[in-house]
Amino acid sequence: MLVVTVTDSAQRRTPKAAKTSSVFKKVVMAVSGIILVLYLIAHMIGNLKAFTGRESFNHYSEWIRTIGEPAVPAQTTLWIIRVVLLAAVVAHIWAAVTLWRQAKRARPQGYVTKKAVAQSYASRTMRWGGVIIFFFVIYHILDLTVGAVNPDGTGSTPYDRLVAGFSNPFVTAFYVIALLLLGMHLRHGIWSATQTLGQSNRRREVTVNAFAIVFASLLTLGFLLVPFSVLFGLID
Amino acid sequence: MTATREGAIRVGDATDTPAEKRGMTLNLRIWRQNGPSAKGKMVTYKVADISPDMSFLEMLDVLNEQLIQAGDDPVAFDHDCREGICGMCGVMINGMAHGPQQTTTCQLHMRSFKDGDTIDIEPWRATAFPVIKDLAVDRRAFDRIIQAGGYISVPTGTAPEAHSVPVPKKDADSAFDAATCIGCGACVAACPNASSMLFTAAKVTHLGLLPQGQPERNDRVVNMVAQQDREGFGGCTNIGECSASCPKGISMETISRLNHDLLGALRAGARPKS
Repeated sequence: MLVVTVTDSAQRRTPKAAKTSSVFKKVVMAVSGIILVLYLIAHMIGNLKAFTGRESFNHYSEWIRTIGEPAVPAQTTLWIIRVVLLAAVVAHIWAAVTLWRQAKRARPQGYVTKKAVAQSYASRTMRWGGVIIFFFVIYHILDLTVGAVNPDGTGSTPYDRLVAGFSNPFVTAFYVIALLLLGMHLRHGIWSATQTLGQSNRRREVTVNAFAIVFASLLTLGFLLVPFSVLFGLID
Repeated sequence: MTATREGAIRVGDATDTPAEKRGMTLNLRIWRQNGPSAKGKMVTYKVADISPDMSFLEMLDVLNEQLIQAGDDPVAFDHDCREGICGMCGVMINGMAHGPQQTTTCQLHMRSFKDGDTIDIEPWRATAFPVIKDLAVDRRAFDRIIQAGGYISVPTGTAPEAHSVPVPKKDADSAFDAATCIGCGACVAACPNASSMLFTAAKVTHLGLLPQGQPERNDRVVNMVAQQDREGFGGCTNIGECSASCPKGISMETISRLNHDLLGALRAGARPKS
């Protein structure tokens, strides 16, 4: 007797549902999040160059713009990084917004009384925290990268903008709030990404959460050092 | 008739019980909704002489008896085994799925409440679980998720010799932990996103860990996930309310396992049936 197995190729083609499944969106969220976290590590370490003085800090900023020269034209590497980051941010926000809308559709009528049993403050502030972080990033680029909203303006050096910006307590306060939100975003985000990518289990759960807390705290602390040092006159 | 009824209700009556043993008086705020498309609202009721040994459902029985006697419409709520194993009962009690204890509503006892307490009782809230009446919701969306892949296809006949297919003890234990899911829907009710991820993940884990579940493992996970999206459940954000509210304590590990299986299945070319 002959047994024939037929694979229907038409049936095997990717239907639209697979690409837009909620889990697929979560994977997009996790992977883009990881890209952004890797950048944040480099960014935080770079910031600490502010402690090595004006010359060194400005030179570091110049170096970022000249990586790969003369093999590639000026700012090539910088723009590659920028495009990757922009793509990651767009993907991250797309996944977040569509999942947020899906969640809203999934429960149009809320409870009269609802108590949280397990959720952390970090997990509860992912969405609005994310929105605030988004606006912070726009302000941050206009402030320190472009200089448009910086007291020292666009013609200044990076170090000047840094000192001028953080000398204003209100600006520093805004940075502190945004960075604390970012820290919480990472605390839940690292755990959630581990789950989404299927890398967690009951045994690892404690370790993953502990790592998320320690990592998010260290990164936030590293970022907070510079604005506080300017505010308290350690950097001027 | 009157005498029998009085006799039955006399448990904990003031006349033959010392004051400190007298039952509790409770204020209940219950969601009343006449039908699927009717507008509902919270209605306040008072029940007296509630024994701390009563289950939550028995307390609702007392209320309904009271309502029927007064000629009112009794409160509709789902229940079946009242032993904590069927998954039929389940309401939001003071904003928590199945109330303050991590168990089913039928296994929640009135000793968890104090005399004079106000208790809010609402149905599960999710687009995929429409209200039928009062506290009863339609949970057939779960059945359709199961139909999409929560089974194994085997020829029927005499049960095969159990020892012919060895299962490692660790896998058997993990599979059984996941298999304890009774499909009550507390995970969806407690989830801020109204996601059914823990339910689907429990089924995927249960069958995916056993040898019998392997042939359909890839198709199972993609089809069940596609079906839960189709039913209008929200997406999982790994908050953990589901696991903490689950009467069977299904672990968040199952969700990671589902994601792992799904990514593997998509890489292997499995696609959901449209």
